Amino acid sequence: MAEPLLVVDRVSQRFGGLLAVDAASLSAPAGRITALIGPNGAGKTTLFAIISGFLKPSAGSIRFNGEEITGEPPHRLARRGIARTFQIVQPFAGLSVLENILVGAHLRHRARTVALAAAEQVGREIGLGDMLGRSADTLTVAGRKRLELARALATDPKLLLLDEVLAGLNPSEIRDFVPVIRGLCARGITILMIEHVMQAVMSLSEHVFVLAEGRIIAEGSPAMVAADAAVVEAYLGHGAAAKLGASHGL
Amino acid sequence: MKSVLPIVSVIAALAVVPLFVQSNVTLNFLVVTLLIALAGQGWNILGGYGGQYSFGHAAYFGTGAYVTAILQVRYGVNAWIGFAAGIAVGAAVGAIIGGLTFRSGLRGSYFALVTLAFAEVLRIVASVAPITGAGVGTLIKLDLRAQALQFQSRAAFYWLILALVALSLLIAWLLERSRFGAWLIAVRENEDAAMALGVDATVVKLGAMVLSAAITAAAGCFYAQYFLFIDAGIAYGTWISIEALLTPIIGGVGTVFGPLLGALVVKSLGEGAKLVAGDAPGLDLVVYGIVLVLVIWFAPRGLIGTVADARKWVLHRSSRSVREAGHG
Repeated sequence: MAEPLLVVDRVSQRFGGLLAVDAASLSAPAGRITALIGPNGAGKTTLFAIISGFLKPSAGSIRFNGEEITGEPPHRLARRGIARTFQIVQPFAGLSVLENILVGAHLRHRARTVALAAAEQVGREIGLGDMLGRSADTLTVAGRKRLELARALATDPKLLLLDEVLAGLNPSEIRDFVPVIRGLCARGITILMIEHVMQAVMSLSEHVFVLAEGRIIAEGSPAMVAADAAVVEAYLGHGAAAKLGASHGL
Repeated sequence: MKSVLPIVSVIAALAVVPLFVQSNVTLNFLVVTLLIALAGQGWNILGGYGGQYSFGHAAYFGTGAYVTAILQVRYGVNAWIGFAAGIAVGAAVGAIIGGLTFRSGLRGSYFALVTLAFAEVLRIVASVAPITGAGVGTLIKLDLRAQALQFQSRAAFYWLILALVALSLLIAWLLERSRFGAWLIAVRENEDAAMALGVDATVVKLGAMVLSAAITAAAGCFYAQYFLFIDAGIAYGTWISIEALLTPIIGGVGTVFGPLLGALVVKSLGEGAKLVAGDAPGLDLVVYGIVLVLVIWFAPRGLIGTVADARKWVLHRSSRSVREAGHG
């Protein structure tokens, strides 16, 4: 069997005395949606920052498409086909929606007219068609999340790292957004997503990794992971699994 | 800005001025204004489009001026070649300063302070080094021939600096429509987000620094040829660092015409104040200060930026009290 598109192998990240990520390993097979979940402060965003090149890990290695990419800077990873969104949206606030997406589109297209056409197409696909001329700072939270996604998508990635794209959206916005993510996967883009919205994780991903206190404590199908005693304890505290089991008569 | 038509019309309008105005005082005023506009456009490439606020563009202005002058005076090099060399060496100094500052990740006020320090170091070196004429300065021999890049008529100098300004406007216009420009603006708006989209922020900033330094150096080269005398305080003085950043900030940062408009406004007000109040030393600086405060207060995006979204500004004013109450 071929190696998964992304392989994170025993990666650790130390900030002074704090071990934020502790020998975490995970993988994202091509063409699938893989989820990374975990309680607040588990190190998910740190792990994303390492995969996308914003942090150099203290130990461990990362392979993409069979090649060693550990420690490569973000712009080079983007050229390889790794795109990310930020948990805290980072729009180019002074620019229009189209100009925002254009920056991403320029990665593959030097000519402005070609890049503009590509950016416009991506914008429409992500549901920003009516807002292309608007200034990015006038968008709603849902609009900014879409913009974040559109910009990343415009770089024509093989692997898309989504850091809580659904956080802060209301249920109807989430309902609108989930098919968009599924559509990207159908186009052959591999997705690794950090997500707190469990309903979305359940419906989108086939394989889930659970990170707690920097360690991968469980992995498997969403249903398997949700029933895992260690996962329940990580979210709800020590002894919670036993109490839950008792009250549900399990 | 969609087409080059505004640039062509503005330059054409300015080009005919010497046909109607013969006064040397007026032409001299316009030459100096255009010179500052050129230096300001250099700053605008890096500061306006790239968001890297340099406080030390004197480093490039002075290098351009000294290289032009020293090559002629000490090595007998043709003035035109000296002029080109001045631009090239100015760009190289930009590459060195940019390489050191950007590679070490300096941003914001740290970057501003370090650029200021570089310019000051150069000023001090130039004021003691024998090759620059140290405290005495460097005097270029009067030689009113076109091949020596000196002209009998002010109009010829005026057209030369106008051509350079036209070129700098065109560079800014092209920048706005290029991939490099899109990346540079992205770095200004959000460096991390730009990097995630494949932009090599260090290389982009360095490129902008070199282009910026070359343009400001050209202003320095012209200064040397026009006034035929430079010393450390003129060439590397903070006055030019300040004027180079003041004009685009007042005219409109990150806009094609910002530096030109800013230079016209600032220089007119400075001269106007002198006319009214006599030649009190430092009065023009007081005027600059007042204009800067007013612009930052009422038009933080400069005159052009404010005209561009004047409607938005009116709305902002009317809703400001509401929002301030909300933030309180």
